[in-house]
Amino acid sequence: MLETVILIVFAMIGLSLLLNIWRLLVGPSVPDRILALDTMYINSIALIILYGMSMGTALYYEAALLIAMLGFVSTVAVCKYLLRGDIIE
Amino acid sequence: MRLETRFKWLPAPILSILLFFVWLLLNNSVSAGHIVLAVILAIVIPLATSPFRTKQPLIIKPGLAIRHLFLVLYDIITANVQVAILILGPTKKLTPGFIKVPLDLTHSMPITILASTVSLTPGTVSAEVLPWSESFIEGEGSEQRFLLIHVLDLKDEQALIDTIKQRYEAPLKEIFQC
Amino acid sequence: MTEWIISILLLIGGSFVLVGSIGLVKMPDFFMRLHGPTKATTLGMAALLTAAMIFFSTTQSGFSVKEILISLFLLLTAPISAYMMIKSAIHHKLDSIDRTQGKDNIEDEL
Repeated sequence: MLETVILIVFAMIGLSLLLNIWRLLVGPSVPDRILALDTMYINSIALIILYGMSMGTALYYEAALLIAMLGFVSTVAVCKYLLRGDIIE
Repeated sequence: MRLETRFKWLPAPILSILLFFVWLLLNNSVSAGHIVLAVILAIVIPLATSPFRTKQPLIIKPGLAIRHLFLVLYDIITANVQVAILILGPTKKLTPGFIKVPLDLTHSMPITILASTVSLTPGTVSAEVLPWSESFIEGEGSEQRFLLIHVLDLKDEQALIDTIKQRYEAPLKEIFQC
Repeated sequence: MTEWIISILLLIGGSFVLVGSIGLVKMPDFFMRLHGPTKATTLGMAALLTAAMIFFSTTQSGFSVKEILISLFLLLTAPISAYMMIKSAIHHKLDSIDRTQGKDNIEDEL
């Protein structure tokens, strides 16, 4: 049963990634695109954790942690750039 | 509000506890060697970094802090269900709005915690603290500050302000005693 | 039994993540779009990671709680990135839809 449920959740998260890509392409403003990218990195963490579960290995945990940290830092850096025109003043 | 700890060798107790548990979680073990290493890291890192960190107010009532944490966690779960219903429902009926909440807190650390809890709980995202000045970081300056909040579905402005002030701000005021 | 708990948590998490993305696409202006990803997606991730925690604790040898670290990190950082994004949106003077109340409360002092 678990295999089927994992496949269904894979489909759900894939669908939400597609919706995010739509928002990323349509825009209309730069903060909208940043928001879409921010949601996309969180969804890819979910995808990696699910892949690890379906393969039955905990090896992908470190990759998920790294994506979480890099995604947060990059979101804040891009927002800072939009606010000030510079990241470190 | 108290900035200095009772013990000189423990400048930031919360940071030490956090470092201890993060080290154990990262290694995913509770063996004796890792516990010793975690204790050493939890004492050495705050000591080494305290000269270049600004002093933050300490938690004076830890029991109340833990109870407040669980209240906020419960609120996050109920709030998320509410927001999910609002998102899936008809968009045309939603009445968004910006409101200003007057703040009683003065230091930047409790205000940051309040803004984060407001962002994670029912249909609200905190946007800005007004008016902004440089003295704000040290917790000085006496003028009245406001927290600008965007609400997804604004029904009763005064009731929402009262909820935020009583449910989230009053416990923080008591925890930090400021 | 544990399989049921894992399945239910996975489905809850997946549907919350999906609801967050639906909110991102459906809402009419930026400030309303921000609500979906910051709240629904964060809780969905917390549910998914709890499911992963139970899964790895039961299938592999030994107890596994390190997945808590990711959900803790996401819970801490979601409000901060939301704050940065709404600040940059206010700075860029993005339009909010006409029925937004209290627009005059926004003061951009930067």
